[in-house]
Amino acid sequence: MNQIKAQEHLVIIGNGIAGVTLAQRVRQRSDCRITIVSAESQLHFSRTALMYVYMGHMRFQDIVPYADWYWQEQKIELVHDYVERVETSDKKLVLREGPPLHYDKLVLATGSSAAYYDWPGQTLKGVQGLVSLQDLELMEANTAGIQQAVIIGGGLIGVEMAEMLRSRGIAVTMLIRDKLYWHNVLPEEEARLVTDHIRQHGIELLLQEELQEILADDAGRVRAIHTRSGKELPCQFVGITTGVKPNVEFLKGAGIEIEKGILVNEFFETSQPDVYALSDCAQFRNPAPGQPMMEQLWYTARLHAEALASTLLGDRKPYQRGPWFNSAKFFDIEYQTYGFVPARFTEQQESLYWQNEEATKAIRLLYDKKTAKLLGINLLGVRYRHDLCHHWLQQGYTLHDVMQELPAVNFDPEFFQRYEEELLSQYYTRFPDRQPPVKHSNWWELRKRFGLFSDSTSC
Amino acid sequence: MPTAVISPTATTPPTTSQNVVKMVGLVLISIGLLGILVAAVGADYLSPVFTGLGGTAVFTVGALLYIWQSRRRKSPAEQNHGLWQQEATSRGASAWVIGFVLTGFYVLLYWFPDTLQGLIQAMEPLSQWLRNRPSDQWFLYGTFYTLAVLIMGVYALLKYRNSRYHIIRTISVMFFQLGFAFLLPGLLLMLNQPEYYFSYFWPLKYDYLFPSTIEYLVRDGAALGVFMIFWGAVFSFLATPVLTYFYGKRWYCSWVCGCGGLAETAGDPYRHLSDKSRKAWRWEVAIIYPILGFVILTTLFLWVNSWSEGRLLGDLSGGFAQTYGFFIGAMFSGVIGVGFYPLMGNRVWCRFGCPMAAYLGLLQKYFSRFRITTNGGQCISCGNCSTYCEMGIDVRWYAQQGEPIIRAACVGCGICAHVCPRGVLKLENGPREGRYAGTPLISRDELRILD
Ligand SMILES: Cc1cc2nc3c(=O)[nH]c(=O)nc-3n(C[C@H](O)[C@H](O)[C@H](O)COP(=O)(O)OP(=O)(O)OC[C@H]3O[C@@H](n4cnc5c(N)ncnc54)[C@H](O)[C@@H]3O)c2cc1C
Repeated sequence: MNQIKAQEHLVIIGNGIAGVTLAQRVRQRSDCRITIVSAESQLHFSRTALMYVYMGHMRFQDIVPYADWYWQEQKIELVHDYVERVETSDKKLVLREGPPLHYDKLVLATGSSAAYYDWPGQTLKGVQGLVSLQDLELMEANTAGIQQAVIIGGGLIGVEMAEMLRSRGIAVTMLIRDKLYWHNVLPEEEARLVTDHIRQHGIELLLQEELQEILADDAGRVRAIHTRSGKELPCQFVGITTGVKPNVEFLKGAGIEIEKGILVNEFFETSQPDVYALSDCAQFRNPAPGQPMMEQLWYTARLHAEALASTLLGDRKPYQRGPWFNSAKFFDIEYQTYGFVPARFTEQQESLYWQNEEATKAIRLLYDKKTAKLLGINLLGVRYRHDLCHHWLQQGYTLHDVMQELPAVNFDPEFFQRYEEELLSQYYTRFPDRQPPVKHSNWWELRKRFGLFSDSTSC
Repeated sequence: MPTAVISPTATTPPTTSQNVVKMVGLVLISIGLLGILVAAVGADYLSPVFTGLGGTAVFTVGALLYIWQSRRRKSPAEQNHGLWQQEATSRGASAWVIGFVLTGFYVLLYWFPDTLQGLIQAMEPLSQWLRNRPSDQWFLYGTFYTLAVLIMGVYALLKYRNSRYHIIRTISVMFFQLGFAFLLPGLLLMLNQPEYYFSYFWPLKYDYLFPSTIEYLVRDGAALGVFMIFWGAVFSFLATPVLTYFYGKRWYCSWVCGCGGLAETAGDPYRHLSDKSRKAWRWEVAIIYPILGFVILTTLFLWVNSWSEGRLLGDLSGGFAQTYGFFIGAMFSGVIGVGFYPLMGNRVWCRFGCPMAAYLGLLQKYFSRFRITTNGGQCISCGNCSTYCEMGIDVRWYAQQGEPIIRAACVGCGICAHVCPRGVLKLENGPREGRYAGTPLISRDELRILD
């Protein structure tokens, strides 16, 4: 029986987006006692916004989405402490400072931290990752007054770090394993566009290059790095952004099965009764074919939490993510993706691709050659409507269906130039026997026709 | 496939020539300020026209040079770098100095205009040229105000240069300030017509529908005066609801209004200083609606009084009008509204005081097609939208729940959508049916910030 009873105590470890969303959704329909224990900060903050604090766009208090009063009024207790140990036999948490805490149901939402790969010199002063608030404070100290920095790894956090460092006028070199930035995710054209854009922002990109070792000065601070190809780059800061690893060390001996992350089934149940795990720290035991073992994103954290809340509230539902989506920003260029666009296409896949002349905007619609079924969408510098893209993918639209509704999907600000025409003309060239739509579809009509809105109107 | 040319742009460290331009700008700004100061205090020694008007011109050139160089060097995503780290924009010492100077200027302007004689004289040739009459403190004020909107309009144009919405909107406020609030009223005076601001309406210009104003316009303006009355009444009671129905409050507050124009240009560097707390929102509703009520009552009283020829209410209603003029017109909209820009943000007046904003807000909330749509489940709760909302709306509250933002206060400036690093927000007009409904892709709280 998963359902939580009113007199029971739900304890959540971790006040990240997964933990707080779970607490909120459970509170909405249950009077049980809810406590969130978290070590990093008293109040939940937006991890995705750390970079803006460093760059001076916001203060720390601005990246805190809910003020004190919210937690009080929602009767969600907050404990600012570190959980040293979980004793599943007694259903008890041992805290570093406060008294032990009893739970009836325990949810592990402990997130992740920067992963290192045993490079010589990785513990020197000036070498660090960027995941936590403490990392941000450390970065503030480590970068004060320095001239040159090197970032290892060409992913999303890497480019954020590069942007942060550039905002302080620090020269940045990024070491990237692939032949283009983020080319393990982006197809060639998109990867090239983004790579060029990052370079235009004054970042030096060393492609197909990896870290060999980090060199120290007399004071034990980083002074330079050696790359695999034998280059020596002088620097006073090394950012490690080669991925994250789940925070699970404190669970050793708790009798909870752990591999890379905490092993869970599609109900987020761990190997121990009444103990659940989700988001960054969890690992699916049997992911569906083609689905990832771990999902470590803001969006998926929220989806996990919504699904688990439903189970805890008695409506036991397996987690189904639905069509994938994600977004990011590379300096001035926004990125959105819907569905699945792989970095390299198979024989059966084909796409319409459009890019503007300045190489600041791009649209790709990927489809199956045989059935014309829409597989995914990549967007750079152009915004599409999530609700409609989701509907297309969920309903298995073909490219031809999509073209009928294309004008309704744009989400760019008013007065912005529109690019449907160019995409459509490419489409009609490729499919000359297709007829243009009789009538331009309009978002509001489609929204109504497909019921793409919620019933609840709480604002 | 066109690939990008790697050009030395924006973010490469400033070269010497760029620094030189900025330096020249700063020198000119300083010379200009000195000139203005000499005009203010040393009119007996040097012609204030030379020092004051000349100083203003030199200042303008210097400011434009400086703004051009410092804004262009930054790419669009870099424009807010360091705002919370620099003194001037984070309530540091220099912010207080600017706040005190601005506030002091308003105090002198409203209550001790004689102290500004030198500066008033400095504007004499301009006043004669435009209005064919001597300069006075209000002309001085209008000139400085318009210049502030124009100079800082250039700043906003450069800062938001990658957005057509902001380019068009900024040009609009610059146009309405220069044309409708400066040149046209001056021209009317030159033609011996009543001075009238076609871009201000009752209840903001509360006296435009007072019986005394109507009487005066009919008497002095003849046919044109009748047109002015007609224009004002049509805008207050017909055009405002209709335009707000189609476009929301923004058609006025961030496209036309002069107070809004100053806030969107000169006030832009201070927009993040507005208070986002629930307490501030409570103050807002507790102040702004009573002020609207007060204007409506005052206007009604004055009409009752005028119809009854003063028998019914005696001089009470005149007292009402004067009280309003002092506390709201002068103290609130000027001294606090603009003087406190660097401390409380750029929309204090619009948010807490303006009766027109209250009226437009009610229409926007209950009778409009406007909303800011949140794009599905894409919000990452970063908080840029709330931080840069000049009206102190906690935009993120709605965005992270996948809900549209429909708030009486929202002036539709669109900066939330601009600073959002994931492009999650869009200002749009659509059917009223399902206007408050959110995305089906997120579940949400039923809790409301204000009950
Ligand atoms: C710089 C950065 C930028 C990102 N940007 C994006 C983005 O743009 N889009 C996106 O989708 N994703 C982004 N991500 C990923 C996303 O932020 C994470 O996937 C998400 O925050 C995970 O949330 P969570 O609730 O699982 O864990 P977390 O947010 O990591 O929260 C876990 C909390 O548990 C605490 N904790 C752990 N162990 C213990 C213990 N033993 N006792 C007490 N407390 C404990 C931790 O201190 C932490 O506060 C970004 C990540 C980073 C680091």
